[in-house]
Amino acid sequence: MNQPATSDVWYFPKDGLTELIRVLQEDGFDVIGPTVDQGAIVYASIQSAEDLPKGLTDIQEAGSYRLEKRNDESLFGYVVGPHSWKKFLFPPISVVAAADRIEGHWEFSTPEEPQRPFAFLGVRACELAAIRVQDQVFLKGPYVDPIYQRRRESAFLIAVNCTQAASTCFCTSMKTGPRCQSGYDLGLTELKDGFLLEIGSERGQQLSRSLSLRPTTAAEMAEGDLRRQQAADQIHRTLETDGLPNLLKQNLRSSHWDDVGRRCLSCTNCTMVCPTCFCSSVTEVADLNGDHINRERRWDSCFNPEFSYMHSGIARDSIPSRYRQWMTHKLSSWHDQFGTSGCVGCGRCITWCPTGIDLTVEVLAIREAAATVESVDRGTNHE
Amino acid sequence: MSNPWQLSSARIVEKTAETPGVATYVLQLTDDSLRRRFQFRPGQFNMLYVPGLGEAAISISGNPIQEGLIPHTIREAGNVTHAISSLSTGDTLGLRGPFGSSWPTELCEDRDVILVAGGIGLAPLRPVIFDMLSNRDRYRRCTVLMGARDPSGLLYESDYEDWKRRGVDVLVTSDRPADGWHGNVGVVTTLLDRLPLPDPASALLMTCGPEVMMWYTAQTAVARGIAEESIYVSLERNMNCAIGLCGHCQFGPHFLCKDGPVFRFDKVASILRISDL
Repeated sequence: MNQPATSDVWYFPKDGLTELIRVLQEDGFDVIGPTVDQGAIVYASIQSAEDLPKGLTDIQEAGSYRLEKRNDESLFGYVVGPHSWKKFLFPPISVVAAADRIEGHWEFSTPEEPQRPFAFLGVRACELAAIRVQDQVFLKGPYVDPIYQRRRESAFLIAVNCTQAASTCFCTSMKTGPRCQSGYDLGLTELKDGFLLEIGSERGQQLSRSLSLRPTTAAEMAEGDLRRQQAADQIHRTLETDGLPNLLKQNLRSSHWDDVGRRCLSCTNCTMVCPTCFCSSVTEVADLNGDHINRERRWDSCFNPEFSYMHSGIARDSIPSRYRQWMTHKLSSWHDQFGTSGCVGCGRCITWCPTGIDLTVEVLAIREAAATVESVDRGTNHE
Repeated sequence: MSNPWQLSSARIVEKTAETPGVATYVLQLTDDSLRRRFQFRPGQFNMLYVPGLGEAAISISGNPIQEGLIPHTIREAGNVTHAISSLSTGDTLGLRGPFGSSWPTELCEDRDVILVAGGIGLAPLRPVIFDMLSNRDRYRRCTVLMGARDPSGLLYESDYEDWKRRGVDVLVTSDRPADGWHGNVGVVTTLLDRLPLPDPASALLMTCGPEVMMWYTAQTAVARGIAEESIYVSLERNMNCAIGLCGHCQFGPHFLCKDGPVFRFDKVASILRISDL
């Protein structure tokens, strides 16, 4: 067996994936990968390479997603579906604290559920970026979220470079892809008959020693370049990020919020599929006698009216105000809060919006309206 | 690092009725070492927890240097505060905290300091009054302008004479006339309009109350010559986690729970008047 060095690229044939999954399982990982469920590619626990979607691709547009057969046997011949890895690192439901009534007094605890470490197979470049964004939120502030931290620190990330793009992809605008640059343990590029493997970390290097790898040929390297370039070439959607945080700050009173508010159903889909949205609410879940209470944190959304409820009323009591909150947070105030955009350009919010609202188009509309106003009454403060 | 979700058990050691629907609960952490370690800065808040109902963010209204006793003045407003109102001395509840930013008492040295409160808004400012009383020499003129919808809403009214005797002037107003009320009638900004301000450039103003009241207080203060940079407000939004991780309390770029609740006015002035933000 070959002993790979860190920066080298290695090759293994298609059936090597079975070995990779087995090695991960033997190391105690719960291997999570893409699977097909209800007509979409979603992330779930997998037992072998047989569970992966074979010969399928996804056709995505604003408000539309469907799977189609490919004319090859590709295992990663699609982009991102409604799930993201957020579901595993920041679970939709988790118990943050518990209260127990013992002899008339309440005792409080923060239970730690045993959790097998995850190995994520098939993390795309935009998703590596999304994980970096959530790391910033949950790990780098004055308070660390212990649930995210436990899951994140033990997770093993196997990236897969995209070899095609959907019409909704705009990672190139957000400078997050399509090439996986860093933040993974192992990085794969799928070729016709096998995979190129790059090693991204010490852990990745250690694990790779258990795999049957051989050095690549020049032809395989060229095939990898060609396939990755194909993904980059297929990305046509753009989001102009230049000056975007300030543009939105200066247009909080834009009439465009009412325009998009008329099309938005406030259904929360965009926030549920977004790989970086982190809003949540803690609710009380009591047993039947009320002596044991779990404080359950569940995903919530700024599109829910009660999300901003105060005793004096709901702070954002209209759909335009909630859409404005979501978009300005994602693309503007996220920079103030976490030093990065909250958008990674994965396009999920576009695909999964039931009315096909496309944030790249909405930003463009605000930009153009602002430019028009500016040219009409230059010099006035229209904040 | 300790788990920010961990609650501590706190016992109600004293309960005092204040204005209608408002009472002060003095809490004491039941764990000895936690009790000795607990420290807060004026303007900070705790999350108070009633098992089965949830948490509420409540400002600490006590004396920062009084060890072990943590007073909260609470108005019945929702499920949790309603449940707290039915608790009595000796009962326990859960507590996380303290959280948030604080009033700038460190900037008060040798300055005229004006506190402007509306109703229950005096509660988060009371720790500053305790600081004034303990360190009266550090401050120049100390003034509390207190307004309430009607005279029954004048919080801590029985303390005003004591504060005045010890060098903290208190001026009160009622928004509406009321039977037997001979004091000033009008919103609290009318008191600020008439307040003698010999040296507005050195004055520092802190205000807490309804958002619209704080806005007009700040406008009046600026008109009287107080710099926007010397005005501080305490804002309120839905708070759920108190640690900047749940998203509820966002106000523009700020998380009120960790960047606030106390803000220098000029940092939030431009977004305060944008409706539904």
